[in-house]
Amino acid sequence: MDVMEAGGMDWMQNEHMLGTSIMAVVYDGGVVLGADSRTTTGSYIANRVSDKISPITEKIFCCRSGSAADTQAISDYVRYYISMHSLEIGEEPKVATVGKMFRLICYRNKANLLAGIICAGYDKHDGGQVYNITLGGSILKQPFAISGSGSSYIYGFCDSNFKEGMGRDEAEQFVIRALALAMSRDGSSGGVIRTVTINESGVDRKYYSGKDIPGFYEGW
Amino acid sequence: MESMSERSGGFSFDNVARNHVLEEKGMKMPKAAKTGTTIVGVVYKDGVVLGADTRATSETTVFEKYCEKIHYIAPNIYCCGAGTAADTEHTTAMIASKLELHRLDTGRQSRVTTCLTMLKRHLFQYQGHVSAALVLGGVDLHGPHLYTVYPHGSTDALPFVTMGSGSLAAMAVFESKYKDDMTLEEGKQIVYEAISAGIYNDMGSGGNVNLCVITKDKTEMLKGYAKENMRPWRKSTPYTFPKTEVLTSKIDKPRTDISVVVESEKMEVSAS
Repeated sequence: MDVMEAGGMDWMQNEHMLGTSIMAVVYDGGVVLGADSRTTTGSYIANRVSDKISPITEKIFCCRSGSAADTQAISDYVRYYISMHSLEIGEEPKVATVGKMFRLICYRNKANLLAGIICAGYDKHDGGQVYNITLGGSILKQPFAISGSGSSYIYGFCDSNFKEGMGRDEAEQFVIRALALAMSRDGSSGGVIRTVTINESGVDRKYYSGKDIPGFYEGW
Repeated sequence: MESMSERSGGFSFDNVARNHVLEEKGMKMPKAAKTGTTIVGVVYKDGVVLGADTRATSETTVFEKYCEKIHYIAPNIYCCGAGTAADTEHTTAMIASKLELHRLDTGRQSRVTTCLTMLKRHLFQYQGHVSAALVLGGVDLHGPHLYTVYPHGSTDALPFVTMGSGSLAAMAVFESKYKDDMTLEEGKQIVYEAISAGIYNDMGSGGNVNLCVITKDKTEMLKGYAKENMRPWRKSTPYTFPKTEVLTSKIDKPRTDISVVVESEKMEVSAS
């Protein structure tokens, strides 16, 4: 349509992107996943309260970055295959299994996909774990993982502030502070901060908006 | 005939190469009609209100001034379409058909998530080539649902949504006036205002406001809820042809010198 080409209405044509800040952290007894809530098409914010943390099983979740359509499709497939797998083995699947399934799908279809996924959760065998599945389809087991366009702004913060064996509150605070910094510097990230905390006793979802998001130096 | 006999059957794709050459030489290929559109939806206290404008365009020409963009999916589910008119029409019709058969199989009311999953799988399969941007709304056993579906197959669930070229104008209305748990009247009013914002501020949108209200027990289509742009006047008397002058007239009477004689035979009724 002419009107579209002339007006540069990219939000109609372009693919939905999760220009994102996502992360997950292992703490003493479980994991914390965190994400911002901005979904964009070009320069338009298509959803300012999106939920980029999707459940795979009761105690395994994933943070999605890249193309919204691709990551939704991948996580739908993994949720389906893993539910079948857990019926076959008769127990909750391991986080490593879910991570490897994400890797398999991302690697086999790498020519057609744009997806950076962090898979994290708790299982009775190995406790809390975080797996980072990269764009090319490799898998990295990490004590903490950051991904998405906003992550490049917070490598320094995370490297200097992460400690092994943090408590739950300390880990949640680490995630919130890191994401707040990423969201304030990355134009494609923003909105609210969503967190999911998973440990042996269960899953806890929280969100932080407005003045609940920590502020840093904002002078000039 | 000789050239025809060479064909072994199936489709001929000769024109694809021909069109490519023509396009390279600068010929403008015809484009499909797109609905430069404003479509919206909102969840209110008892259900969902969907809204759409009525303009369909191709390039800068208005193809249809009063078209219907709120498509039927199921008695309790409707879907507004933006993008390529043909794609929105056919995808919604296809899903409606599949859900009808599904209802016949299961004997249960269709769920909105079923429809959402079918739509996103179809659109993802075609990798964005089926350009249908949809606002899906409905009420099922789990209550009211409202989703947006994008051409590449991603979906969002929100209490108020807008789509199409007029989505920014409409979203501005929702962002400033939306409240949780609105009444039916408030719901219809905010949707009307959002569509009007699209009609008046977006080139691709225009015409009138169509609404669809879906509640637990009933669905109501309100075509022409607001007649923003009806033809303002109509010529009061129809066109009359000027009288043609009669120069001569001659009337021939039917001939009377022909008589038709019908001879009848007696029917044989002997019963011996």
